[in-house]
Parts: sequence; structure tokens; C-alpha cells
Amino acid sequence: MSYVLKKTGVLLISLVLISLLTFLAFQVIPGDPTTKILGTDYTPERAEALREQLGLKGNIFVRYFQWLRGLLHGEPGISYSYFMPVKDVMAGKMQVTAILSILSWLLVMLFSIPLGIILARFQGSHLERTGIVVNQVFMAVPPFFLGILFTYLFGLLLRWFTPGSYVSYADDPAKALAYMLFPALAISIPKAAKTAKLLRSSILSEMNKDYVRTAYSRGNSRWAVLRDHVLRNAMLPVITYLAMSLADTVAGSIIVEQVFALPGLGRLLLSSIGNRDFPVAQCIVVIIAFIVVFMNYLADIVTQYIDPRVRLS
Amino acid sequence: MKQYLKNRNFRSGLLITGIMIVIILIGLLWTPYDPNAMDGSAKMQGPSFAHLFGTDNFGRDIFSRVVQGAGATFLIAAATVAIGLAVGLLIGGLTGYYGGWLDEVLMRVTDSILAFPSILLALVLIAILGKGKYNIIIALGLLFIPSFARIVRTEVAKQKNTDYVRNAKLMGAGGMRILFIHIMPNIVPVLLSSVAIGFNNAVLSEASMSYLGMGVQPPDPSLGRLLSEAQGYLFSAPWYALFTGLAIILLILGFGLLSEGMGGE
Repeated sequence: MSYVLKKTGVLLISLVLISLLTFLAFQVIPGDPTTKILGTDYTPERAEALREQLGLKGNIFVRYFQWLRGLLHGEPGISYSYFMPVKDVMAGKMQVTAILSILSWLLVMLFSIPLGIILARFQGSHLERTGIVVNQVFMAVPPFFLGILFTYLFGLLLRWFTPGSYVSYADDPAKALAYMLFPALAISIPKAAKTAKLLRSSILSEMNKDYVRTAYSRGNSRWAVLRDHVLRNAMLPVITYLAMSLADTVAGSIIVEQVFALPGLGRLLLSSIGNRDFPVAQCIVVIIAFIVVFMNYLADIVTQYIDPRVRLS
Repeated sequence: MKQYLKNRNFRSGLLITGIMIVIILIGLLWTPYDPNAMDGSAKMQGPSFAHLFGTDNFGRDIFSRVVQGAGATFLIAAATVAIGLAVGLLIGGLTGYYGGWLDEVLMRVTDSILAFPSILLALVLIAILGKGKYNIIIALGLLFIPSFARIVRTEVAKQKNTDYVRNAKLMGAGGMRILFIHIMPNIVPVLLSSVAIGFNNAVLSEASMSYLGMGVQPPDPSLGRLLSEAQGYLFSAPWYALFTGLAIILLILGFGLLSEGMGGE
């Protein structure tokens, strides 16, 4: 319990630090947003009133606390580009990114665990050697290029989906998920290749241990030893890795949303950086950073739950 | 070197990277066509002997453009790794050798930075610095410092208590001399592997950022920027995206294999 408490404490401190650092990072960017928003209507008085409204006046730490309070209440400021609450600009985008990341993450598990086990089971065979080479190549394919290949192959040649025709999940869940399958594959395949490789080497290093020899000496087959003895030990590092890789699939979706024209947080982040709409960019960065830290926290908790040695060391 | 050559991963990595670097070096001096020369009579042609990778919508030779882009991407990666390595050596060396509270703090900071997806941090830095090829080098270079510092620190801390370091101390060598003249040469093998993985990450990051329009800007070349351009002609000229992507994959694969062959992850 004290382990969980300690980790929770660290989590809370990290969240405060991240919000502070992100806030400060976007404060150092030079430029006055009022000139951009007001355009030709610019007068010093109007600019002054606008600064008041946008919360740009006062001490930097006062502004930080105002912003943080707003963020916690779901009111993280006003967009410079659209001149409406950031919350409204972001409406619905988070859902797209969440579905895409989780779907990719599930696919990573679906591919990597059987693949890793098969590669380890058939160690030394032609199947394994070919598998390792193919795996190594997939590890080197950037997700966005895989996305472009899928767009060409499944979108333009086979016409299994129409690129750029994403329908919102709220309107038609089945269609939305079917469209998301391709970007999710693009994110998950390189990640699954890395995970499978980790699982394979984790299994192989367990295979050299004494308890495995004992299990063999009792007449167990290779499959039985793998399934009943090795796997539960070999899975430990992989589970930690998988728990942390949800954060990577969120990062992956920033890029892949662009390939498939998916209206998610990633695309919004890119366009807000491009338009210098910093309240929106700042909010998205903080949200993604919070998710990353929270997933790492969960990974720690899960690891210590399944492997008490971590807690005691 | 000899022991590395026994490793299959290292040999394949060396072969792929070697071929790519030779093509890039030749490409700096000579390409079959001027990468920017337009030819109205040869638009959107498929691969042929005249145009190995075909031509784009302006009739420009895609092979020449890919070679030029690969060169730019490689140079950006090299500059990025150089920044990360130089600063990482300094920080990691000093904290590893002297230890103390600064070491604790720096390693905690390093750990927290490494927990974040690098693409997110790179986007924040680009939002601050602005787009462009020099800013992407600075942004990625900064992002690469923590991982190099971490590796150097671990290795230096390992070497600190060896006999040869104690000998050097007894002979009156100063801390700086021991660190940079005695210890550094001994951690080169480990560093080589992390430099290779650094190149691997740098190529991927540059390509991703430029593909997203956050890195290298037109008219400067880069593989990521070419790929985003090529995506617009996916239906009429699929070879454009295919060959550009292939160049990215070969660079990443080559460096990845090299690193693995030298005992990296």
C-alpha cells in the first residue's frame, strides 16, 4: 500500500510540474495575440480590453494558477484563431484520438504476443529466421509511411475504404471503426514488431534457467514448459512495456491522423501550432502529457501487483 | 571491429548503411538529373531506364530528388546526433564522475524527459522556435541530449572504480584528465552503438516532423517533406511515395541493425 501511496505522490507532483513547464514553455514565445485577433479593428483600447478578457494581464504565476484552475474546471482558455472557448474547439476531437489509440494498442497486443511466442517456440528453425528478418524490417517502417501504403493499397486500389471520408463515431460507430482500422494498423504494426522481439528475447532468456531444466526433466514437452512455466515469468517485462506503450500509440496517432485526415487531437495540435493558436496547443500538449504520465503510473502499479519483487526491491 | 564483423546483424547493417552513405556522398556532387529541373514532356512517368524511380508532376527526376532528400535527412540526423552526443558527453561525464546531488537531480530530469514521446516534445520546441531546417536540428539535438547523457553517465560511473583509474589518480592526474583522457576512450564501444541508434531515431524524427510540415520547409529538400509531397500524387504516381518511403526505411533499418550488432538494444 505504501508503494502505491508513494507512486501516487510522485504522480501528483509530476502533474503539477508538467502543467507548470508547459505553461511556461508557451509563455516564452514572443508575439502579441491581440494584433492577430483584432486585425484591422486594432486600437490600443480594444487590445487592452482583449488582454483582460484572455487573461494575459498580471503576474505570470497568477496567470498560471488561473489557467490551471480553468483547466481543472474544463475551461482551459480562449482560442486565438476561432475566438471561442478552447473546450468548444476541442469538442469531439479527443474521442477520435482516444478510440484510435486504444484500438491500436489492442492490435499491438493481438499481434505481438502470439508472434513472440511462436518465434521463441520455433527457435533455430527456418520459420524463426525468416520471421526475425521480416520483424526487423517492420520495426524500421515509419507508421506514417505504412499509413500511406495502406491508403494506396486498401483505399485506392482495393477500394475497401475511401481515404478522407471519416464519419464521426457518434453518427455511425460501425463505419467509424471500420475506417479507423487502417490507421490503427499503421500505428500498431511497427510497435507490435518491437514488442514481439522483446517477448521473444524475454522467453529465450527464461529458457536457460534452472526451473526450466527441471520442468523438462519431468518429461514436459516444449509447449507445456512454455505455457505452464516460462510464459508467466517472461511476460513480466512485456506487460510493463505494453502498459507504457499506450502512451506511444497516442503519440503515434498525432502523426497518423494527418495521413488519414482524421479529425483528432493530433491534427488540431498541428494546425494550432501552424496558426500560432497557443491556448489550444498548450491544452492539447498538457492533456497528452497527463495521459503519458498517468499510463506510466498505471504500469508501475500493475507491475508491482503481478510481481511483488518490484515493490520489495 | 573484427568481433563485430562476426555478427550477422552488424554485417547487414554495415552493408545497407554503407550503400546508402555512398549513394548520398555521390549525390552531394552529382545526380543523374538536376533534382529541381522540370521537364514538361516527361510528367508523371513510371520508373524506366531514363528515370530510375520515374518522374513527378513537374517532370522532375524522382531518383535525383530522393538522393538529394536522403542527403539532407542524413546531414540533419548527423548534426542532431552531434549536438546530443557532445552535450551528453559533457553532462553525463561530469555527473557520472563526480556524482553528488547534481547527478541525482539531472538523472531524475533525464528520466522524466525520456518518459515522453519525443514527437510531442519536438512539436512543443518547434512551436517555440518556429519551423525550418536549422530549428529542427536544434529541437531534435536538444531532445537527444538526455539519452546520451544517461548512457555516458552509467558507463563513466562503472569505470570510476577500476584499477586503471585508481592508478591514474595515484600518479596525480586531475579529474578532468582522468575523465577525458583515461575513461572516455574506454566507453567508445558502448557509445558507437548508441550513436547508431541515435541516427536511427534522428532519421525517423526528421522524416516524421517534416512530413507533418513542422520540420524542413520548401524549397529545402528532405525525405519527410518529399513524402508529404508524394502523398498528393498517390493515385497518379504511386512510385513517388514508394521509393521515398523505401529510402527512409533503408536508412532506419541500416542504423538499427548496426546498433544491434554492436550490442545495443
